[in-house]
Amino acid sequence: MTEVSSEQPARVERPLSPHLQVYHLQINMVMSIVHRLTGAALYVGSLLVAWWLFAAATGPDYFAFVNGVFESWPGMVVLVGYSWALIHHMLGGIRHFIWDTASGLDIESIDFLSWGTIALSVLLTVCLWVYIAFERGWFGA
Amino acid sequence: MLTPLKRAQGLGSAKQGADHFLRQRITAVANLILIPFAVGLIAALAGADLDTVKATLSHPLVAAALIVLVLSSAIHMRIGMQIIIEDYVHSEGAKLFLLLANTLIAYGVAAVAIFAVLKLSFGA
Repeated sequence: MTEVSSEQPARVERPLSPHLQVYHLQINMVMSIVHRLTGAALYVGSLLVAWWLFAAATGPDYFAFVNGVFESWPGMVVLVGYSWALIHHMLGGIRHFIWDTASGLDIESIDFLSWGTIALSVLLTVCLWVYIAFERGWFGA
Repeated sequence: MLTPLKRAQGLGSAKQGADHFLRQRITAVANLILIPFAVGLIAALAGADLDTVKATLSHPLVAAALIVLVLSSAIHMRIGMQIIIEDYVHSEGAKLFLLLANTLIAYGVAAVAIFAVLKLSFGA
């Protein structure tokens, strides 16, 4: 039995619970953080959709102005990021639905679903913007 | 005697039981159906002139789908942001302020978006 002494409280080397700074980064925790971050980003992104609808309901001049903002380079970067966050969060939601049925909770499935979410979110985002680029004629004549 | 049933009847410390859990999933299902539709719609309308946008959005099914999506998203993002605020903001006053702002922003954005869709549908 361990002796209990009130005179040397700092001597006992207890194991510390893992801290973020020393914890080995694993894909499931990265996905958890990214799911929350993309969710927060989509909160702001919904303002952009509302702004676009508001502009369309306001009139041709203001609508053209807002479209111009979205079609500028900074606007496009934000929209590409927004679309990726939306797709990633949506696929993450499907992953959570699978987990809600208490299946896919072993390590192999979690790793597969996590990497699959990343790969598919990038692939779908690229497909979306290739479609928009063709539609808008960015690839030239 | 405190049984699990008795505890469930009290609906936990927040007195809301699994209400948020269920609402988050119900709105997630609605979003899962409507977001691909809305993304496709907006991608197809990218760069279109106002008359085309008006003609497309004023179709009853398109307008209804967008309104349901706006409502569903507003509920979903309000609950999500509430969880983030409750996780990271521990000062009572700041938390109360942010929770209030969260609710007002979520439903305020929804009101603007829904009114815009209705005006595009019915307006001149």
